[in-house]
Amino acid sequence: MLNLSKEAAQSRIAKNIANLFNDAKDITFINLGVGIPTQVASYITNENVFVQSENGMLGVGPIAVGDEIHPELINAGRQPVKETPGCSYFDSSTSFGMIRGGHIDATVLGAFEVDRHGNVANWIIPDGKMLGVGGAMDLVVGAKKVIIAMMHTSKGKPKLLKECTLPITGYGEVDVVVTELAMFFFENGRIILKAIAPEVDLDYVRSVTEFDFDVSDDLKIMEP
Amino acid sequence: MARVSKIMDIDQAMAKIKDGDRIMVGGFGLRGCPFALIEALVRTNKKDLTIISNDLGSPGVGLGKLLSNNQVKALIGSFYNWNPDVAAARNAGKIKVTLLPQGTFAESIRAAGWGIPAYYTLASAGTELGEGKEVREFNGRKYVLEYAIEADVALIKAHKADELGNLVYCKTARNFNPIMAAAAKYTIVQVDEIVPAGALDPEAIVTPHIYVNAIVKGAN
Repeated sequence: MLNLSKEAAQSRIAKNIANLFNDAKDITFINLGVGIPTQVASYITNENVFVQSENGMLGVGPIAVGDEIHPELINAGRQPVKETPGCSYFDSSTSFGMIRGGHIDATVLGAFEVDRHGNVANWIIPDGKMLGVGGAMDLVVGAKKVIIAMMHTSKGKPKLLKECTLPITGYGEVDVVVTELAMFFFENGRIILKAIAPEVDLDYVRSVTEFDFDVSDDLKIMEP
Repeated sequence: MARVSKIMDIDQAMAKIKDGDRIMVGGFGLRGCPFALIEALVRTNKKDLTIISNDLGSPGVGLGKLLSNNQVKALIGSFYNWNPDVAAARNAGKIKVTLLPQGTFAESIRAAGWGIPAYYTLASAGTELGEGKEVREFNGRKYVLEYAIEADVALIKAHKADELGNLVYCKTARNFNPIMAAAAKYTIVQVDEIVPAGALDPEAIVTPHIYVNAIVKGAN
């Protein structure tokens, strides 16, 4: 039905999330998780948006390449990044103080599963191979808005479920889910589909989404 | 009376470490890790250590070496995905691992240095990592009680020290180092450069020398 490469799907997700921030008229602080969320930074054109990284930096710049790489400067995904004018560094407790203290307007995170209650599972697949949580649990409860960036399905199976099956990171914390097919907004106990990919119709989105959702009267087409 | 010097050679500083110690080690994703101190800790061959660090480097790199050298009894930290040896050693029953949300890990270390025995946080409440933790409700939401994490020794990395032990850091290599300096009974810092007292701008000092016991010069 949808023939989109993984790379094209991921950049579509990043682009459509960036568009949410590019409309911001006020100063906005965001934290970007590892993976697709990191790519969001490449599409932000709004000078009001500042990126925070939990390893202790505000004003994170683009990915550094070649001579731009500084050995002591990385984002939380261990990628070399650049500084921006007015950036600052601080220790990890100050960094999580910003997060826990409600000073971060939005966090963009990847996820394994999201369910109809707005629960998100993104910290562990209990197969015994990995052991780590990082900042995910602090970010989902601390940031004012939680935006999930993820592929719509995994090996053909829905990741947007009635109930999460994997260990939960945070309960009822999800505000927006953006996939390569759709943009869902969790508002007052409802899940509202507000935008859809240009190549698919509602029936297709329903066929790959386990949870039920309402469709906005003003359904938009996602940027391809 | 002449001032006592904190500047030491590396093995002299590491002599403080005993079998069974709780040791904090700074660093995030191999930035801000005191690699020379970690190498020296491997040389001491001290055993049954509890290592308190965000991650455990990569397999055989940085703190990963302590695991290959069987010096570790327990780990307290946040993110071991960069070193799959940790999950393997835990599954084999060789080590005990306490996993904490990264903000909780940081705050518990800060709390120890700041003299606060415990505090409440939302992170992990209701989740698998919150199991067994004391819960209390504030403003209609459930919080978990988290305890301060202290250590016998902290091994940290800074960019520059003055001869008193005032420290400045470099970019994202700061991370957990300043809070660990305050949370341990004895703090050993590895620095790239040592300058005379008065050479650092007092407004720019991040870690005041009250938190530093031994200064070791060593490049990463």
